Amino acid sequence: MYSYLLPEFTVKRLEDRCIRCRVCERQCANQVHEYDGELDRLFTTEEACVGCQRCVVLCPTNALHVQPRTADYRPNCSWTRDKLQNLKKQAETGGVVLTGSGNDRPYRIYWDHLVLNASQVTNPSIDPLREPMELKTFLGKKPDTLQVTYDNDGLPRLESGLHPNVPISTPLVFSAMSLGAISYPAYKSLATAAREFGTLFNTGEGGLPAHMREEFGVSAIVQCASGRFGVDPEYLNSARIIEIKIGQGAKPGIGGHLPGEKVSADIARTRMIPQGTDALSPAPQHDIYSIEDLSMLIYALKETTNYEKPVSVKIAAVHNVAAIASGIVRAGADIVAIDGIRGGTGAAPLATRDNVGIPMELALAAVDKRLRDEGIRHKCSILAAGGIRCSTDAIKAIALGADAVYIGTAALVAMGCTLCHKCYTGKCNWGICTQNPYLTKRLNPEIATRKLVNLLKSWSHEIQELLGGMGINAIESLRGNRDHLRGVGLEAWELDVLGVKGAGE
Amino acid sequence: MGRVVAKPEVCIGCRLCEIWCSVAHSRSRNIIKTFLYEEKKPFPRVTVEEKLPLTFAIQCRHCAEPDCVAACIGGALFKDPASGRVVHDREKCVGCYSCVLTCPYGSIVVDPKRREVFKCDLCAGLDELYCVSHCPNEALVYVPEE
Repeated sequence: MYSYLLPEFTVKRLEDRCIRCRVCERQCANQVHEYDGELDRLFTTEEACVGCQRCVVLCPTNALHVQPRTADYRPNCSWTRDKLQNLKKQAETGGVVLTGSGNDRPYRIYWDHLVLNASQVTNPSIDPLREPMELKTFLGKKPDTLQVTYDNDGLPRLESGLHPNVPISTPLVFSAMSLGAISYPAYKSLATAAREFGTLFNTGEGGLPAHMREEFGVSAIVQCASGRFGVDPEYLNSARIIEIKIGQGAKPGIGGHLPGEKVSADIARTRMIPQGTDALSPAPQHDIYSIEDLSMLIYALKETTNYEKPVSVKIAAVHNVAAIASGIVRAGADIVAIDGIRGGTGAAPLATRDNVGIPMELALAAVDKRLRDEGIRHKCSILAAGGIRCSTDAIKAIALGADAVYIGTAALVAMGCTLCHKCYTGKCNWGICTQNPYLTKRLNPEIATRKLVNLLKSWSHEIQELLGGMGINAIESLRGNRDHLRGVGLEAWELDVLGVKGAGE
Repeated sequence: MGRVVAKPEVCIGCRLCEIWCSVAHSRSRNIIKTFLYEEKKPFPRVTVEEKLPLTFAIQCRHCAEPDCVAACIGGALFKDPASGRVVHDREKCVGCYSCVLTCPYGSIVVDPKRREVFKCDLCAGLDELYCVSHCPNEALVYVPEE
């Protein structure tokens, strides 16, 4: 069928700069550039371009410009270019339109409507370069009370039992991205950076390769998801935290599908499935149809790990998220992870990614408030995920009630990702979301680790600066401290859900 | 003097090392001028070997006992005792290609048009190793002699 789809990008080549080195041709997995020896010039197939900017970055003479074609059709606020293109795509294929990465629709980003406080006159601000500034965070259930007795010598003794808690050096944790969805170098870089910086990475549901367990288990959150891929007692016991994945912000209510082409020998071994077979994660966990069922799984995992590890439950932010979170805490979870509508994915139906779920800011505020009202907030830590783009998003999330935040897309961007949204094609030119050995080599784990550590370092510094400005010397004092937030340009109901005052109030 | 070592596990086969090697050995050392305007077309001394997905860049190993030096009939190739470099003196070269035949790494390249040979001089006279400093994935590293 002749395709009526218009190219998404324009590829401009400045001929007076192009030296015909053919780097662009070799770097493009979509075969956009092609060298013609007869004419000694390069031709472009714009239809194939995904706008990942790999050729632009690698071109040694800056001869290339790749820009989105935005206004091909007659401008129309209702029938936008995206809508038209998707219609044509569906007419040509009869399929569900797929996409990758996170929601790019213009839903209100509440982070951009919240401002932070700073100390002036009546209370002193703190200079984090001169005074201690604590970012250390403990993930896990806290005790109901602290009972202390004194022995004959007058020395204090802690009477109350403590629950397992995992310390992290900064309230930033790499979110779940499985080996299989992302390449081994990308996966390993996340693990190495987390270990180096004293924080955690999340294995996703693709398991943790046996050879990595001893070295990286200390920094791992391991997932037990609906496909149960790679789950065995050794896997669970090698990690610091176990996470039951119920939902994902990018595709609430939907399972996962890792195509067989991506299931290489290593991935098959780790997932414990035959090589080359599709790894299908069902939409629900088929043994969890109620809070009671969830409780059974939580305690089965705790039993397996001798009650030594906190168990997290990750859900997508949906309409009744507060009630669901309350149920999760009552079911025995030590951590509740909430993934908002802007969370990323390796592959999801466009319709789901762009339309299902609620913004994380609102979900987080609602959950924190509900748990406080019910007097059970201390029974869990909250991990907020989905669309944390910078240190200020993270610090605002903590002020709204999170203990720490998950960063996924931001970490990928640090490694090279340009959010071209073509993760599901397996042709990632940056070597991140692919299993093609020619492409995965492009991600040098040494460089990527350095970049990720730098990312954590710079965000942590920025968070310290902002805390100091507020006159706070420990991140724990900011958690749920909504007095340090004010809303700008928000409506009354939004301020009400967020539990913050408007600016000037 | 050490040598440039390739790391095939992270070599992306972009051949930017070849491009920048040419620039390093051009008259102007300006990449656009080198390729589009200089009369003498540049010739890289590093070669990317390819058997996909495997790729790696290789250039003169500056061997301790170089076969090319032993084979050179004109005395054009010699091992510089001070720097440890295997140096090619263009003035003395007769173009017999004995070195090309004996180099076990295939690291002496031939420009058949000019009947000239070229080899890596570890960017003698320049303040950086162009192939190393321009590799986008750090797949070429300079290892100093132990």
